[in-house]
Amino acid sequence: MWSFSHIANEMHEGLSATFNPTMTLIIEMVIAGVAVIGLFAGLGLVLVIMERKVSAWMQIRLGPNRVGPKGMLQSLADTLKLIVKEGLTPNGADKFLFNLAPFIAMIVAMLLMAPIAFARDFQLWDLNIGVLYVSAVSSIMVISILMAGWASNNKYSLMGAMRSGAQIVSYELSAGLSILAIVVLTGSLSLSDIIHSQADGWWIFKGHIPVLIAFVTFIIAVTAETNRAPFDLAEAESELTAGFHTEYSGMKFALFFLAEYVNVFIVCAIGATLFLGGWMPFHIGNWQGFNHVMDYIPSSLWFFGKTFFLIFVIMWFRWTFPRLRIDQLLNLEWKYLLPISMFNLLLVTLMAIMGWHF
Amino acid sequence: MQLTQRAKQVDRRPMTQLEKLYLWNIAKGMWITISHLFKRKVTIQYPEQKRTFSKVFRGVQILNRDEEGRERCTACGLCAVACPAEAITMEAAERQPGEEHLYKEEKYAAKYEINMLRCIFCGYCEEACPKDAIYLSQTFAQANYDRKGFIYKKEDLLIPNPKEDPDAYQRAVGERVTKPLSS
Repeated sequence: MWSFSHIANEMHEGLSATFNPTMTLIIEMVIAGVAVIGLFAGLGLVLVIMERKVSAWMQIRLGPNRVGPKGMLQSLADTLKLIVKEGLTPNGADKFLFNLAPFIAMIVAMLLMAPIAFARDFQLWDLNIGVLYVSAVSSIMVISILMAGWASNNKYSLMGAMRSGAQIVSYELSAGLSILAIVVLTGSLSLSDIIHSQADGWWIFKGHIPVLIAFVTFIIAVTAETNRAPFDLAEAESELTAGFHTEYSGMKFALFFLAEYVNVFIVCAIGATLFLGGWMPFHIGNWQGFNHVMDYIPSSLWFFGKTFFLIFVIMWFRWTFPRLRIDQLLNLEWKYLLPISMFNLLLVTLMAIMGWHF
Repeated sequence: MQLTQRAKQVDRRPMTQLEKLYLWNIAKGMWITISHLFKRKVTIQYPEQKRTFSKVFRGVQILNRDEEGRERCTACGLCAVACPAEAITMEAAERQPGEEHLYKEEKYAAKYEINMLRCIFCGYCEEACPKDAIYLSQTFAQANYDRKGFIYKKEDLLIPNPKEDPDAYQRAVGERVTKPLSS
């Protein structure tokens, strides 16, 4: 079988045979790092072209279709353009923080890759507090945005950064609470445990309406957390030119852009892992035949399929809804989502204690 | 006074608690965008595909020839007079013996220029011309590297010779010409 875990094991055995354990670990780390960077670049290219195509189709346009077959190389050409452009640092900017901010955004996105299970038994780091780790590290994102906004010495950047700070801090709550719903049901913070608990059915089906509500809350909250429309107040092209990355150009801008898309991928991967069973194939109770057929589809395909479905949903949101005002945004969180998800968490806890889920 | 049948009374009732949740409207909006995915796209792939023009489309002027390939223009100047944008200038010359195959009448335009930056494509020149020597074709996208290039000379305006290059002639004629060419 050519599964990811098989390849990883082969590689590990091969390296262990030639090198001592320390050397093996170092080489494996380097390989993992290169793989993550490669995945980043690939995701950036794929998601940008996907976004442009989805937006075009939703607006009854064709989208980019000149570069490469069906325009599929458009994002590659765009990247090339961004690489050769000048990375300008404004005179009034705080040089060090200004140049540091995009890298922090990238590093946060990279750190978040660690606990994600891409396929069966294929995970960079299966730590026992995976969910906590993800929600903790993803909050560092706001620092890079605040840093970029503050260091730019531009009123629009600062306003965008401040808005983004308010937004991420508030939406973190309901995202965390809806994640907690699954943690309560599973009784574990480890992502691999959560996936294994969904072997007989995904939580979104097993958990009745409370989990469905948690899922919807989660999707709304992470859309806000990744600063995407209809919650893109941090960028708000029509009001703040480009918000926190107004002053950025060239590759530094590209890093922010890439970090945004990778963040979207990560939150969708987390959502797919928690609610849609990660790499777990679609199983229905005792239908052995059906379940066997589903098992033939590789686990990595299941994972990426679910993740890209969620990404599509988030893009769908983006191209459907107009941007919220800042007061509407905070109202939505503090007056609706937070109370709903708190009450929902209670319900889920009751459900878990009484064993009402399947 | 009612001007159209399409006017709709605006519903100004305050929203009910259920409507304030916006859930139904959110679902409606998402249904609209997802249904767009499967709609036929209206885009016309311009350089490859072209929209068909109406028969009365007014594009770039063309200086006409008769069926033997002789220039029709006699440099009478009526088009220049009719032109509201004053875009047309010309200089006349007398046809010399031996040039009968080039020019239809005894007088011809030695120089004929239209400033395309001034032209408003009104078509008055075509209406003014007593000799059917100028009409507006269906060519429309002009491009050039400098402003001087937009002052079209006689070489730019003359239609291809129907005897030497009938295909190019037909292309230049397009579907626009409604008047009989020979008269």
